[in-house]
Amino acid sequence: MDWHIIIAAVIKIVVFVFLVTLPMVAMSVWAERRVSAAIQDRVGPNRVGPFGLLQAVADGIKFLLKEDFTPAHVNKFYFWLAPALTMVPALLTCAVIPFGSRLFDEKMVIADLDVGPLFVFAIASLSVYGIVLAGWSSNSKYSFLGGVRSTSQMISYEISLGLSIVPLIMIYGELNLGRIVQEQALNGWALLPLWGEGLSLKGFILAVPIFISFIIFMTSMFAETNRLPFDLPECETELVAGYHTEYSSMKFALFFLGEYAAMIIGSGLAVTLFLGGWSLPFGWLAPESVDAAVPWWHGLIHIGVYFTKVIALIIFFIVIRWTLPRFRYDQLMRLGWVFFFEIALFNVALTAVILAWPQLWKMMFG
Amino acid sequence: MAIIVQRPKLKWWEHLYLPGIITGMRVTLGHFFSILSGRTKVTMQYPEEKWDSHLPEHYRGAPALVTDEHGRERCVACQLCEFICPPRAITIKPEEIPSDDKWAKVEKRPRAFDIDMIRCIYCGLCEEVCPEQAIYLRKDYAITGLSRAEMVHDKTKLYEIGGVREGLVNKWNELK
Repeated sequence: MDWHIIIAAVIKIVVFVFLVTLPMVAMSVWAERRVSAAIQDRVGPNRVGPFGLLQAVADGIKFLLKEDFTPAHVNKFYFWLAPALTMVPALLTCAVIPFGSRLFDEKMVIADLDVGPLFVFAIASLSVYGIVLAGWSSNSKYSFLGGVRSTSQMISYEISLGLSIVPLIMIYGELNLGRIVQEQALNGWALLPLWGEGLSLKGFILAVPIFISFIIFMTSMFAETNRLPFDLPECETELVAGYHTEYSSMKFALFFLGEYAAMIIGSGLAVTLFLGGWSLPFGWLAPESVDAAVPWWHGLIHIGVYFTKVIALIIFFIVIRWTLPRFRYDQLMRLGWVFFFEIALFNVALTAVILAWPQLWKMMFG
Repeated sequence: MAIIVQRPKLKWWEHLYLPGIITGMRVTLGHFFSILSGRTKVTMQYPEEKWDSHLPEHYRGAPALVTDEHGRERCVACQLCEFICPPRAITIKPEEIPSDDKWAKVEKRPRAFDIDMIRCIYCGLCEEVCPEQAIYLRKDYAITGLSRAEMVHDKTKLYEIGGVREGLVNKWNELK
């Protein structure tokens, strides 16, 4: 093993996961509170630091200093294991998301896997174990109901989440997220095929199934991250706090951060798959291929573009949360199993027909 | 009797949720941007912004004692305010004015005048009942302290808040 590769990987992990994503998690809690306040004609936290930006630090200190209380009636081992199991998968999925093109001749992705989306789904599904264990080991009816709800919800929506990106994978013929983004940089974003090869009849027709995919993907992402309108596992009005009712201090904070980290990674995946990842629109500053050299300032711009898109999507998540009421449980299940599952399957078939249309035409009439 | 609520019949596009979501987003984002542009008035940021300049003339804040233009304390320790005070916040210890004093003819003055600001209800009855126009409710409202003892305003503190008030009826000037 080359030392150079290991050192580069460590630097990328430390910078991207611990110096960027984790602070972004903290900042998105602040953003959530400020945006929700603005939507409700309030001010929100504005006392700690300029514009209340240090509120996240104050919250962190509060969580660390509070009593870490373990109730007597819980199963201690799983009770302690559960928060970590929620947080770790969310951070693990950072590994495959390309957050920039190249900087100093180094790919801006921690692990350049050829099975990017599959890895994300495989790891993200693990976080359901954290919630199940939290709900079960807490030995309390609220936690238990929250855990049960969360399990069924996450399992239901994982199917449509997975199926929704199948059309995209068919179109790109590629599972490497870096190459998918490169393709979009040159030939139009999935949702905005306005340059390169995307600017054709086929590109416009393909935008229809991609748009359907996008809606299914985003909705399922909301359900996967347990956010409103699908926050039934927590559901303050019915279940006190759902699966983390019995948790306090930093263990509670880990659930909280895990939810936001999942939201950030979800936004990152949506940006990568549908909105062109780190690329600027209309092919500006796009490198010719994945392996082409990129000037360092192009690399920095690409990283900036990626995070701008992610932040925009996070704000979209937040605004949706404060716009829509919570679904009823049967509505949630019906939406997942009766509508999205079918639409996603139909969407796969539709994309296949569009992609194979020239050959089909030849077979039938040629 | 059961009332049957008629559910509205939705059009097919209303069943899609998406138009509803967009309408909802328009409402929430409208509020969001109107607060960003400063069109929405929000609550006053208290310690930095205060009501002080907007307080009306009749505002009832902390009660305080006043002196007249000669520097004489107007209070003659008649104790009417002490008797009328509904929560019994006022305690007065009267004393005689010595005969060599310039204002000996007034005869009485308070040796100690304490108002317990924990008990005070800012009703203004002391001001109303005072025959000497000696006690007034001022506009101080942020009365704080770290102990109960600190919350008792003694005579010095009361005169400090009250200050000098001129142009009142002078019962005790030289002519009388």
